[in-house]
Amino acid sequence: MAAALTKVFREEAGRLTAALVRFLGDFDLGEELVQEAVIEALEHWPAEGVPDKPGAWLLTTARRKALDRLRRKAKYQEKLSLLVGSQMAEIHGGGDDRLQLIFTCCHPALAREAQVALTLRAVMGLTTPEIASAFLTTETTMAQRIVRAKRKIVEAGIPYRIPDAAEMADRLGEVLAVLYLTFNEGYLASSGAAPQRRELAEDALWLTNLLVRLMPDEPEAIGLLALMRLHLARAQTRFNANGRLVLLKDQDRSRWDHAAIKEAADMTERVTWFRRAGPYQIQAAIAACHAEATSWEVTDWPQIYFLYNSLQRFWPTSVVRLNRAIAMQHVVGPAPALEEVDALEGELRNYHLFYATRAQLLRALGRNQDARTADARALALATNPAERALIEQRLGDL
Amino acid sequence: MKYMMLLVDEANAWEKLPEAQRNEVYSRTGQWWGELSQKGKIVEGHQLQPTHTATTVKHNGGSVVVTDGPFSESKETVGGYGILSVANLDEAIAIAKSWPGGGTVEIRPVVERGGM
Repeated sequence: MAAALTKVFREEAGRLTAALVRFLGDFDLGEELVQEAVIEALEHWPAEGVPDKPGAWLLTTARRKALDRLRRKAKYQEKLSLLVGSQMAEIHGGGDDRLQLIFTCCHPALAREAQVALTLRAVMGLTTPEIASAFLTTETTMAQRIVRAKRKIVEAGIPYRIPDAAEMADRLGEVLAVLYLTFNEGYLASSGAAPQRRELAEDALWLTNLLVRLMPDEPEAIGLLALMRLHLARAQTRFNANGRLVLLKDQDRSRWDHAAIKEAADMTERVTWFRRAGPYQIQAAIAACHAEATSWEVTDWPQIYFLYNSLQRFWPTSVVRLNRAIAMQHVVGPAPALEEVDALEGELRNYHLFYATRAQLLRALGRNQDARTADARALALATNPAERALIEQRLGDL
Repeated sequence: MKYMMLLVDEANAWEKLPEAQRNEVYSRTGQWWGELSQKGKIVEGHQLQPTHTATTVKHNGGSVVVTDGPFSESKETVGGYGILSVANLDEAIAIAKSWPGGGTVEIRPVVERGGM
């Protein structure tokens, strides 16, 4: 039932919200009506079963909610009266407005976290408590974040409108960043003990899939989709039976979803035909190199090193340089890689993976005492329980 | 809605340009400004004199201190401003994006009160 409900909400809530926003020209109102309808559905459907036409059910409920409000609030009168008119029946099931809705939520004048929250609420139909739990924050914090975003929308005069084609192209970067962040939050930062976060990764995958279907000529969107699929194809082996994190090096590659990997790797290959390289395509290519290698040892490290060099041109960040240094170790050895890592200390001195990487390189150079010191520093900075356990284990082994 | 468009750049960046280049920037920005003013999108605004002409008056409790120079020591300073009268933030952003003078443009809605 839970899975069936999720599927229905994903398909119907976003579609209905998008249609209402377009129809009413009012983002807040459209979103709230759908939220209320979704909450009502959550009360009825688990006991009574999902109706034959869930979209129509939600629309009818949203319309009834609109009527309730119409009676209460005179200021909505004009807009809400549109909803009870006869044209309203036609808005559902026609075109797909969800794409535009995603772009409306990802307005560049909003803070990234607000873009994420608005997208999940409006397009995915998630409630504020659900978003709060997915991001491991309190409901109050998440509610404030949404209120702040909406206040900025009103006070700064961000229009509730559908961006035109040129604006959509401009804003694609924002949208991809929101989807990527949502995915990472669910996948890379997940502890394995909180299953709803895996769900968040799948929500991001679903939205990206939708984006690619609606914008088939955007290579970066395809690259991001391939990247997510490559990560998820290996998700089963990231934690062992005791919930402990297993490093890529030690994962049981026979348990990876090789069909999914093949498909995503082909996608990564095909997308290069567009000849419009970008950071998500490059990261997908890196993930494909790892996923297609039969072991850690036979991984195509020179290719990965080359790809990190390209990625650095798009994202010249210290974290990318740190990852590049790991590939560098396998191409030119641990000594120059350590030199490269040490150069990043100023910027990454509060990042646990900086010390964990350093420890690993020091160990490769036989400097075990220095490695212990670095691992201890990593442990002091790490917050994710699975990562902490892994470092503790390493400190115990030495 | 009305927005204040603050044109921010490295202090006196234009002053440091060779004359030919500086004239070129002035003519481009002048034309841009003129067109938007004619359309009623820019309702007022000015380029400001270089920062060495600035005087800062600071109120501190009961006392007032007058000093030479701009209020902030930051490398970037406000070089000019314009008041935009546009439909919404997207239109203001589009105008800020088309500003041919380089640097940074901050857009902030103006508090509009009756009688002020």
